[in-house]
Amino acid sequence: MPDMKCTREACGNAIADLGRKNPNVVVLSADLAGSTKADEFGKLFPQRFFNMGVAEANMMNTAAGLAASGKIPFACTFAVFASGRPWEQIRNTIAYGQLNVKIVATHSGLSVGPDGASHQALEDIALMRVIPNMTVVVPADAVDAYKAVFAAAEYKGPVYLRLCRPKIPVITAQTDPFKIGKASVIRNGKDATIIACGTMVYHALTAAEMLSKQNINVAVINLHTIKPIDTETIVRYASQTGAVVTAEEHLAAGGMGSAVAEVISQNYPVPLEMVAIRNRFGQSGEGDELLKEYQLTADDIVKAVKKVLDRK
Amino acid sequence: MNLPVDSLITSLKAKSKLIRQHIIKMITIAGSGHPGGSLSAVEILVALYFHKLRHNPKEPNWPDRDRFLLSKGHAGPVWYAVLAEAGYFPVETLWTLRKLGSILQGHPDMKKTPGVEMSSGSLGQGLSIANGMAMAAKLDKPAGSPANRDKANHRIYILLGDGECQEGQVWEAAMASAHYKLDNLCAILDYNGYQIDGAIKDVMSPLPFAEKWSAFGWAVKEIDGHNLNEIINAYDWAETVKGKPAIIIARTVKGKGVSFMENKHDWHGKAPSAQQSEAALKELQ
Ligand SMILES: Cc1ncc(C[n+]2csc(CCOP(=O)(O)OP(=O)(O)O)c2C)c(N)n1
Repeated sequence: MPDMKCTREACGNAIADLGRKNPNVVVLSADLAGSTKADEFGKLFPQRFFNMGVAEANMMNTAAGLAASGKIPFACTFAVFASGRPWEQIRNTIAYGQLNVKIVATHSGLSVGPDGASHQALEDIALMRVIPNMTVVVPADAVDAYKAVFAAAEYKGPVYLRLCRPKIPVITAQTDPFKIGKASVIRNGKDATIIACGTMVYHALTAAEMLSKQNINVAVINLHTIKPIDTETIVRYASQTGAVVTAEEHLAAGGMGSAVAEVISQNYPVPLEMVAIRNRFGQSGEGDELLKEYQLTADDIVKAVKKVLDRK
Repeated sequence: MNLPVDSLITSLKAKSKLIRQHIIKMITIAGSGHPGGSLSAVEILVALYFHKLRHNPKEPNWPDRDRFLLSKGHAGPVWYAVLAEAGYFPVETLWTLRKLGSILQGHPDMKKTPGVEMSSGSLGQGLSIANGMAMAAKLDKPAGSPANRDKANHRIYILLGDGECQEGQVWEAAMASAHYKLDNLCAILDYNGYQIDGAIKDVMSPLPFAEKWSAFGWAVKEIDGHNLNEIINAYDWAETVKGKPAIIIARTVKGKGVSFMENKHDWHGKAPSAQQSEAALKELQ
């Protein structure tokens, strides 16, 4: 059984470690520092930690001003409030000005659980990836998330980091390389390719195991960077395997699967199935109950692979 | 009170006249733009750029420069005209306003125009950004540090519109400036009384201003925003405010200097015809 860890916690550790190394790192929080784990940095560096209160639009633009003065601000709140509420501030100020703001969006997706629909960001990938100059990163586990923070800090320009609430299995290794914009192939196969992001990478691996018992060999790609998208790797696997399934804790409309479909349809059309949420809001429930209800389990991925194979 | 010397005022007055002419000319050539709120802010920017601001047009990114932000980005023409006269780019560039490929976009673009500290055009965002810059300045040069003692620490100036104050974010930001005691920040409110659809008090009254800003924890000074003496004194006053941010509520006239534009909200965002432009320029001689 793999280790279980929250990506938001790893991110909090990473930002604190980054703060030790780089005096230009500052953190902003919108009254959720305990939940986003921004408090770890806050305790270590109170001078460089700004609680902005429940005012997300103001927080994003304040981060923009700090970035324009040479700081590397990490602005932290729940994904719903980090993407939807301040979208226009992000578009018109942060992205248009290519400002070096890192948006830390925790509690994304259905796995937020009991808080229900108002707190489950199911559209934030779509909202962020349509904006020019924006980079969108969705780490697959805590190890990935730690590296993503350092990669984001090194990268010049705005980054949206999408993290989750629950503890999820650690499936990548410390030694695996992490490069923004470079997809990570974590399993090879010849029959089909599953491209997943975030919490769904683990379920994709489980599905791959289940399929291998039935003599179906699928590749699994951890597409941790949704923008800029790794066209080269996606096209290579589409051509090698001839069928693609995408899996994400997000609406089908505009999400990671849509981004992959844009690449495949224009470069190397092969049958594609999406495991994603269909035109619905979330609701209260335990995370794993919700994944079942919204058909986002390993079983659902297996079904999607079989369906895509029939279309080959 | 130390009254600024007459010669300074005379030269700033002449500069203001020239800036107004540039504004009318550039908007006429562009065929679109916002004369009303550009003309109301002329003296505010002239006194800043040609007297108060510590800046170097030859080195727009000098780290210790004072920053000016135009939160009401539609008034870009007044900023562009002032930046050109200050030497950030040639005056001829003004005649390319709003044209394809121009460094002078319809609303300010920090990536294209030297001297433009921050992109704007979407109202309500500037004060938050100014706060971020003021916070960064305080981090870099904490009070009492040697850098502070030799006055190397820079100040942040920001111009807000009165209609703009209807945006809720302005008040989120106002709260934060006071909370973080940003006394290196000076806001100027261009209180010209009008917005696009009419008088601010009829559209959605943000009044009374002085009471609101002071209730949000700001030091407040009300002045005549076309009186250069008062403006200069107000900038000096703002520097003496400690432990809280300062706002100068500048009572102005929208369309100031062009009789047929003054206090007419329909001149908020349209270009004069060739004939109107000629008449305006005659008045501005
Ligand atoms: C967020 C946003 N909403 C609407 C507009 C359109 N708009 C441009 S100027 C303006 C009125 C601004 O009034 P005021 O702040 O009083 O400006 P001034 O009169 O000084 O020109 C509006 C509504 C905008 N630029 N940004």
